[in-house]
Amino acid sequence: MMEPLNVYASRLVNSKEFFVSGHKSCQGCAEALAVRLVGKALGENVIVSCATGCMEVVSSAFPHTSWDVPWFHTAFGNAAAVASGTEAGIKAQVRKGRLPEKETVILGMAGDGGTTDIGFQALSGAMERGHNMMFVCYDNEAYMNTGIQRSSATPLGARTTTTPAGKINPGEEFTIKKNMPEIMVSHNIPYVATACPSYPLDLIEKVQKAAKTKGPAYVHILSVCPTGWRIPSEKAIWIGRLAIETGVFPLFEVVNGRYKMTFKDLELRPVEEYLKPQGRFRGLAPEMMEKFQEQVTDNYNDLLKKSGLK
Amino acid sequence: MTKRVGVEVSIAAAEAVGMADVDVVSAYPITPQTHIVEHLSEMVADGHLDAEFIPVESEHSAMSVACGSSATGARTFTCTSSQGLAVMNEVVFLAASLRLPIVMALANRSLSGPLSIWNDHSDVMSIRDCGAIQIFTENGQDVFDHMIYAFKVAENPKVSLPFIVNLDGFLLTHVIEPIEYWDKEWVKQFLPELEPVNRLHPDKAITMGALGMPNIFTEAKRAHEQALLDAKSVVLDTWKEMGDITGRYYHPVEEYKTEGAETLFLTLGSFGEIASLTVDELQEQGESVGLLKLRLWRPFPQEELLEAVKGAKQVIVIDRAVTFGGVGGPVAAEIRSALYHMEESPVITNYICGLAGRDVTRKDFAKMYEMSKSRENDSVKQSEYVFYGVRE
Repeated sequence: MMEPLNVYASRLVNSKEFFVSGHKSCQGCAEALAVRLVGKALGENVIVSCATGCMEVVSSAFPHTSWDVPWFHTAFGNAAAVASGTEAGIKAQVRKGRLPEKETVILGMAGDGGTTDIGFQALSGAMERGHNMMFVCYDNEAYMNTGIQRSSATPLGARTTTTPAGKINPGEEFTIKKNMPEIMVSHNIPYVATACPSYPLDLIEKVQKAAKTKGPAYVHILSVCPTGWRIPSEKAIWIGRLAIETGVFPLFEVVNGRYKMTFKDLELRPVEEYLKPQGRFRGLAPEMMEKFQEQVTDNYNDLLKKSGLK
Repeated sequence: MTKRVGVEVSIAAAEAVGMADVDVVSAYPITPQTHIVEHLSEMVADGHLDAEFIPVESEHSAMSVACGSSATGARTFTCTSSQGLAVMNEVVFLAASLRLPIVMALANRSLSGPLSIWNDHSDVMSIRDCGAIQIFTENGQDVFDHMIYAFKVAENPKVSLPFIVNLDGFLLTHVIEPIEYWDKEWVKQFLPELEPVNRLHPDKAITMGALGMPNIFTEAKRAHEQALLDAKSVVLDTWKEMGDITGRYYHPVEEYKTEGAETLFLTLGSFGEIASLTVDELQEQGESVGLLKLRLWRPFPQEELLEAVKGAKQVIVIDRAVTFGGVGGPVAAEIRSALYHMEESPVITNYICGLAGRDVTRKDFAKMYEMSKSRENDSVKQSEYVFYGVRE
C-alpha cells in the first residue's frame, strides 16, 4: 500500500511526538528515529513495555523521561511477558467493569538481544498464547548498549567486541544472523513485518497494521547503529536504504501466513556496496563476502518464491 | 455462615485466592505448587472465578506477567516453588522495587542440587532480601486466612509491596485438613476493591521502572526499606482487623507455652505443629521449655522477638536451609544478630534439619532439646551449629 502515500503523504503523519527530544542516544541513532516513528504511528492510546537496552537507558534516567505515553520497564528478557501481563490486566478489569473500554495498543519492545536472545523465550510464549499485543524488535545487530558485543542477530562477517581478531581467529562473526521474522511467522501469528526507518512511511503503515491486528503481531525494524557499525553518524539513513536495496534486509509483510514483498521489482545491488562503507566489515575476506552474497541471494529468492513472485 | 470443610490445603488456598476475586493469575507448573494453580484454572474454566489465567512458558515470565498485570491495577496472583523461584529471582526483586502489590504463594521446596522435590526453606532464603513482605504459615487454616489477608496488606496504599506467603511443600500443600472457609460477607467486609497508587493506562502517561543513576539509587533503596518497615504497622493492624472477623488472631512471633520457660524452640512454618507437641510432652516431664513460631519474616519483628525471649536462658533455632560457609543457618544467624544487644541474651543453639523433607519427629525435637541442655555435643554451643541427624 505504498501507492496512496503520495508526495504529500508526510503531511498525514502525526505531528505529535510521543518519544520526545532530549533523550541521550548517540548522534545519528536510527533506532531512536525508529522508536519516534513507531510512537507517531501508534498515537497516545498505547502502553509500552520496554526491555532493558539502549532505548531504555537513553530515555528514562530518573527524574527525566522521554515518554509521553505510559511506559514500563522491568528487566532485559521479559518485555513480551510484561506486555502480555498488561494486556491481561486491562482485559480483566474492563470485563469486570472496573475500567472503561478504550482501544489500547499493548506494545512490547526490545533490541535484538532482548528479542532474539535473552527475550526469545518470553516472546515466543507471548506470541504463542495469542495475546492481543504487538512486539517491535529494534534490531541494531549487536549488544550496543553494553559495548558492541555479538548477539544472535549479528550478521556474518561483522566484527564485534566479543568476536575480536586474534592470532588464530580473523575476528569475524561466522554464523548467519538468526532469522527472527521467519521464526515469528512459524508461530502462526496474524501479522509479521519488517521495516526500516530509512523508509518512514512504510514503517508507519506497517506499525499501524500491526496495531490494528486482532491477536499478536510482530514488526522487526532494522535500526542502523553508527557507533556499533562504525559509520559516520550522517550515513545511518543511507546505510539503511542500502540494506534494503542490496537485499540484505528485505522489506516484506506476512498477513495470516501470506507473504507480500514491499518492493516488487527491486533490482538488487551487490552486497559489497552495503558492506564496504561499514567499519564492522572492514577487511572482510573475499570468500566471506561471497558467502554473504550467496546467503542474501538465497534468502531473497526464497522470499520471492513465498510471495509468489518467482 | 461459615463452613468447615475437610480439604487439601492447596485447594483451600486456591479457593481463598478466588474469594479475593483476583483478576489475573500467571503461573508455571512446579511441584509441589501445582495443585494450587490447577485448581485456580478449574475455577476460571468453570466460571466460578472471573480472571485471566495465563499459563506462561517459565517462572521468569510468570512474575513478569504479574508485574505487567499488577502495574495496570489488576489484582494479581502467582505461585511457585524452589527452582521456579530461582528462575524468577530477578523479577521478584523488581516487583518489590516497583512497589507492585502482587501476592505470591511459595510452596517451599529445597533448591537443587541434588534434585529434590521435597520440602525445606532453601528456596525462600534465596530471596530473603528482595524487599517483599514475607510470612510463614503453620497449618491449612493459617494458609487460607493469609491468602485473603495478603491482598489486603499488599494493596494498602501505605504498603504497596509484593506479599509472599510461605507454605511448606507437601507438609502443607498436599495434606487434607479441616478448614473454615470464609463467609462471602466476611470477604466483602474485609477486602476492598484495589485502588492502585499508580496505574499503567493511556489516560495518564507515567514512566515506571526508570533508570536509577548513582545520584538517586541509594535514596530509592532507602525509600523502599522504609516502605517495608512502615508496612509492619499495617501488618499488625490488619491481623487485628481479620481477627475481629474470624476470631483467629495472628502475631509476628507466635508464642506457645512460653510462660517462664528457660529454653525456647524457634521454628518456621509447619514445624511449629510438631514442635508444640514436643513441648507438651517435655513439659509433662517437668522440663522448662516453650516454643516461638516466627510468622513474620520480613519486615523482621525485632521488637516482638526481644519481648518473646526475655527471661529465657536458651533458644534452640531450627533452620531448614544451609548458609554455606556462613555462621549457622540463615534464621539462627539473624536471631543471633537480633539479640546481640540484649543485656542478658540467651544462648543460641542451632540445628539444621529437615532438609528436603526428611522427617523431624517429636523424638528428634526431644533429642535436640537434650543435646542443647546437656551440651553433650561439643559443637552445640553459641556461634556454632549442628547438622542434626546427618550420617557421617
